[in-house]
Amino acid sequence: MPPTSHAAAPLIDVRGLCFARNDVPVFGPLSFAVDAGEALLVQGGNGAGKTSLLRVLAGLLDGAGGEAWFGGAPAMPASRARHVAYLGHLPGLKADLSALDNLEYLCGLLGRRDSMDFEQALGVVGLAGYEDAPVRTLSAGQRKRLALARLWLSPAPLWLLDEPYANLDLPGIELVNRMVQVHLDGGGGALVTTHGAYAAPPVRTRLLLLDPAPAAGDVAGRAA
Amino acid sequence: MSSDARPTLAGTARALLRRDLRLLWRRRGDALQPALFAILVVVLFALALGNERAMLAAVAPAVLWVAALLSGLLSLDSLFRGDAEDGSLEQWMLAPVPLAWLVLVRTLVHWATTALPLVLATPLLAELLALPHTLLPVLLLSLALGTPLLSLLGAVVAALTVGMRRAGVLLALLALPLYVPVLVFGAGSLAAAAQGFDPTGGLLLLAAGLALALVLAPVAAATALRIAHA
Repeated sequence: MPPTSHAAAPLIDVRGLCFARNDVPVFGPLSFAVDAGEALLVQGGNGAGKTSLLRVLAGLLDGAGGEAWFGGAPAMPASRARHVAYLGHLPGLKADLSALDNLEYLCGLLGRRDSMDFEQALGVVGLAGYEDAPVRTLSAGQRKRLALARLWLSPAPLWLLDEPYANLDLPGIELVNRMVQVHLDGGGGALVTTHGAYAAPPVRTRLLLLDPAPAAGDVAGRAA
Repeated sequence: MSSDARPTLAGTARALLRRDLRLLWRRRGDALQPALFAILVVVLFALALGNERAMLAAVAPAVLWVAALLSGLLSLDSLFRGDAEDGSLEQWMLAPVPLAWLVLVRTLVHWATTALPLVLATPLLAELLALPHTLLPVLLLSLALGTPLLSLLGAVVAALTVGMRRAGVLLALLALPLYVPVLVFGAGSLAAAAQGFDPTGGLLLLAAGLALALVLAPVAAATALRIAHA
């Protein structure tokens, strides 16, 4: 799609989106938009539907109602895949393959930016020297970093980050914030879920509070 | 960001193929298991039936087909389970290519790494069972058409049961009814050839089934994966 098409339209525009599991409402209806250069921090307790929201937006779950527009066009599977990079709880890494092999495979599947190469990305996330280490031998935090390297290589303008700080040490949290900042400076956007505000990236951030009570949840003001 | 490498059908297939071959190489021992299992079954039959060559030759088509079918069943559960457990399946669904395409590629790679070695070992096994040499081309052809069909049908069942912790027996129960027609036409074409009839009918039906399954099974399996994974 031409870059001009999403210069004006928000990266993602959600209108009245709701989700129900077995007819029990989980969240919604929600309406919000994320512009280029903007991060939306999704907060809420356990079970509030943070992960479900991100999975619905990524197209992994079907919403019960409402719609999501990406870059000014209604969500279609192929265009959504190009528009969205999703970082979930399961990074899809193969334990028997090396870090570099995993990265190569995921980028072959999901696309990557031509301006970056794999070693560079591994260096950015602090995994330089681990190229040939089987993922089995990496710690949970290192696997998270490898998943972040995949995200770093992704050409998608909108990042959906589900608990990106989990398993990471303080420099790792710092790294996520720095990556989000650079991504936003480059005209991207991000939705970040987290339990608390302890790690909000220092960028233009809005806050979406998901209430654990069914059928409640709204956009609550701006922070920072 | 205009010069980015956008994943194509061929590109994603290549990425998946390379990954599976690398994984296979890392676990070389596992890869030969289905073929070894089939060889074991055939050897046991040969031993149990003794050295009556006429008797062996009479049951050879059925034994070889059943061995191929059971060994395929053995490796069926591994088709999507590993990818479902480590989140790879989610990445497939997020990829900008149809899920059915990735399912097709994965299934064909799985066939090439589990069933193809068995097909290649078939001349040896046929010799073990004293199958008349004139029947060998029909046997190879029926297995070459039938085993990919079994893999494709099995992919639908494996996708349906991927959400369960242990699908072992259920998988077999669900897959076997679908396998029966393949077995009937596969072993049937051989039996016809052994009696001097024309085996073409059964083989053509297998080929038709394969053509149909190549188109429909990945779509059905992809739908089943989405349901099982939601």
